[in-house]
Amino acid sequence: MLRRTLFAVAAVMVAILLICGCTGTTSGPTPADNETQQLRIATTTSLHDTKLLDHLKPIFEEQYNAEVLIISAGTGKAIEYGERGDVDVLMVHDRAREDAFLANGYGTDRRVFAYNYFVLVGPESDPAGVANMTPEAAFTAIREKGTTGDANVTFVSRGDASGTHSKEQAIWKAAGFNYTTDVQGSGDWYQEAGTGMGATLSMANEKQAYTLSDIGTYLAYKGDIDLVTLVDEGDILLNVYCAMQINPEKYPDTNTTLAKDWINFLISDEVQNEIASFGVDQYGQPLFYAVGDDWEKIGVTEAEVKDPVQ
Amino acid sequence: MYEIIEGIIEAARLIVTLDPDVMAISARSIVISLTATVVATLVAVPLGAAIYFGTFPGKKSLINLIQTLYSLPTVIVGLLIFLLLSRVGPFGFFRLLFTPTAMIIAQTVLILPIMTGLTISALSGVDPVIRDTLRSLGATRFQFLKSVMKEARFAILAAVAVGFGRAISEVGAAILVGGNIMASSFASSTRVLTTAISLETSMGNISQSIALGIVLLLIALAVNLVITMIQNR
Repeated sequence: MLRRTLFAVAAVMVAILLICGCTGTTSGPTPADNETQQLRIATTTSLHDTKLLDHLKPIFEEQYNAEVLIISAGTGKAIEYGERGDVDVLMVHDRAREDAFLANGYGTDRRVFAYNYFVLVGPESDPAGVANMTPEAAFTAIREKGTTGDANVTFVSRGDASGTHSKEQAIWKAAGFNYTTDVQGSGDWYQEAGTGMGATLSMANEKQAYTLSDIGTYLAYKGDIDLVTLVDEGDILLNVYCAMQINPEKYPDTNTTLAKDWINFLISDEVQNEIASFGVDQYGQPLFYAVGDDWEKIGVTEAEVKDPVQ
Repeated sequence: MYEIIEGIIEAARLIVTLDPDVMAISARSIVISLTATVVATLVAVPLGAAIYFGTFPGKKSLINLIQTLYSLPTVIVGLLIFLLLSRVGPFGFFRLLFTPTAMIIAQTVLILPIMTGLTISALSGVDPVIRDTLRSLGATRFQFLKSVMKEARFAILAAVAVGFGRAISEVGAAILVGGNIMASSFASSTRVLTTAISLETSMGNISQSIALGIVLLLIALAVNLVITMIQNR
């Protein structure tokens, strides 16, 4: 009796399993007439959590009869997925690592589709007095106060090899510090969260500490935390988002058609307008800026902004 | 405190209004974890019996190893399956990464040690007098095994309950091999209750997380009621 019940349940489950497995793996470059193609995108949590991609996804899916699967992780992990060929498109915001990715032949056809700025946020009381300083000067002041024992001054870092973490490290470097010797582990004032942006902001809020955040996540959390923007100007705070396809020469069964369609979709005029107005209703300001004609300002080439992928 | 109460209210609302997203995520959790439990049972119970009744060198060490694997971290299993199923891995050609099937595989591997070990414990709990009686009555090997398993069925079903509990509550493997994808079709999405809770928590939606947690516990309650009913037959 028990055996028979178990067997029947097992048979049903195996059947469901086969259905799940079969429909879950229909991907690949063979263009069937009306079959829905799958596009796998690896992206960073900072970008995904702003919900911009969820907003654009249905528009693309309808236009191209596709199914977009978005896997979000820290920038480091997203790049790892790209290097292993487990996705078709990579969307991140770390210029240096993107350059390495392209140079090593893992990606091609990088296009910049949006930018915004990082912000240094902190408690309203601003114990380190960094409001309106330059980012480098602010970081220096925070470290100064922190290492000389001011218990009110704490900095919470992402500490997770994410794009935001890379930017933070770049600012420390620009301020003249050696990250591993002068900052990391130099005292209780510097704490590494090892989690995503949202969780890091919550932690900084709990500790009334300073942290570096992308504007998108900060605005999304603003209602729930008491941290305020203290430094939001400075070229180094520029945050440029790009998309690239995984190199089909390295991974021939990448869905290159859909990958190209997606990238061209992102830089098309209609979608650029969509991106530029995203978030205004909810936050009173846009979360992203369309590049438009400002490619020089953000330090990229015109081709990377305007030219559709062939 | 307030968030917990908000969470309970939110849970009630999501269930009563049959919120489609939550229904889809719950259904996926159930399908994936039940499948993993069934597959693991079909492997673990015969395997446990074979190990228990067999005599071979290193038997004690093997049982020790199985019990050590009870502590296998879910994220390590996830990492292992990820490396095996990744496109550059040995089983990459199956293209199973980021699919529900991969999650089923990961959960099956995860709960195998605990179900095997508990089966062995269950069988060793059967009164030796019964075993001797069976032998003296001239039972064939098959009849012997069947009867002893029947005697131990309560404890074996408890092992199934533990296995299911571990499978449906784990996050590490599900996120690594599944990717927590919310796609437009049911079969391509890999978001389950635990990974959804993880996401909602990281985005600061505390009451949503608690609500999903309550839904998960209610599902576990329902499944365990069924198991108890079978146990008491």
